[in-house]
Amino acid sequence: MITGTPKPIEEILEMLEPYDKIIVAGCYGCVTVCRVGGEKEVQVLASTLRLAREAAGRKITIKEISLERQCDPEYIEQMRGYVQDYQAVLSIACGAGIQFLAEKYTTTPLLPGINTGFLGVTERQGEWAERCQGCGDCVLHLTGGICPVTRCAKSLFHGPCGGSVQGHCEVGKDVPCGWQLIIDRLKALDQMDNYTKLKPYKGWNTSRDGGPRRIVREDMI
Amino acid sequence: MLKAFENGADGVMVVGCLEGDCHYLSGNIRAKARVQRVSAILGRIGLGAERIHMYNLSAGEGSKFAAFANEFVEKIREMGQSPINAARLKVPEQSAGGER
Repeated sequence: MITGTPKPIEEILEMLEPYDKIIVAGCYGCVTVCRVGGEKEVQVLASTLRLAREAAGRKITIKEISLERQCDPEYIEQMRGYVQDYQAVLSIACGAGIQFLAEKYTTTPLLPGINTGFLGVTERQGEWAERCQGCGDCVLHLTGGICPVTRCAKSLFHGPCGGSVQGHCEVGKDVPCGWQLIIDRLKALDQMDNYTKLKPYKGWNTSRDGGPRRIVREDMI
Repeated sequence: MLKAFENGADGVMVVGCLEGDCHYLSGNIRAKARVQRVSAILGRIGLGAERIHMYNLSAGEGSKFAAFANEFVEKIREMGQSPINAARLKVPEQSAGGER
């Protein structure tokens, strides 16, 4: 899922300074699962904003909504009937959802209520970790299901660097060396021959290096 | 919990079962975490983190409940009115809160 963290309330209040009538928009997608931008978080944030503004002597009117997904046009359209009645929309969806809202409602300022994180997994309640950088050329079949692009701090493709010490990465004691994980897994799978099958270099043309990416599925159009 | 403050509460006392003795197993532990989150929010927006507090006791501890209630009410009295209620007294309006 796409993960995120709430922006500090002080930062949100500063963003909202010019406005007295806003929409707080959540999303039932990834941000609901990682407890940062769902219906419940909309309610808590709206309540917090009303309390903070009223304590400061300047009330704010807030419409609370949650869309099925802010990254799909049919759900964004559901706001069409009333969005113009508000001065701004504070979205707590991921950056993709916020931008899509901004594209569709060009005369209403869109404000981010969260900081979007990464593509990751829930390791335990309240703790998420990155697993995929969307490089567009997956090699997990060769690396025992462990991504060298994501799990290695340098995104190396040729095994561990000199900063790998006793299974830990040089960037932090709590960061496992991605390549140590891969080698351990390949040994366990008896697939160490995969180690030699890796490409001599990785083409990053399918990754971010070519600018914003687009997927066109002709079979679906 | 936050709604209670929007509705004019100066303080909110949350009471749960004794830890390890909850009918809903971890319900009171989860409630404790929520109370802590709300307390942090109240602190950050200037209402006062101490305006919410969770007590744990069993259903058979009536006198303890009364003592906790008296203790909390006294603490809130010492803190005085919530800034929300103070602001409302300055600018009387029809109702609290916004649209739903």
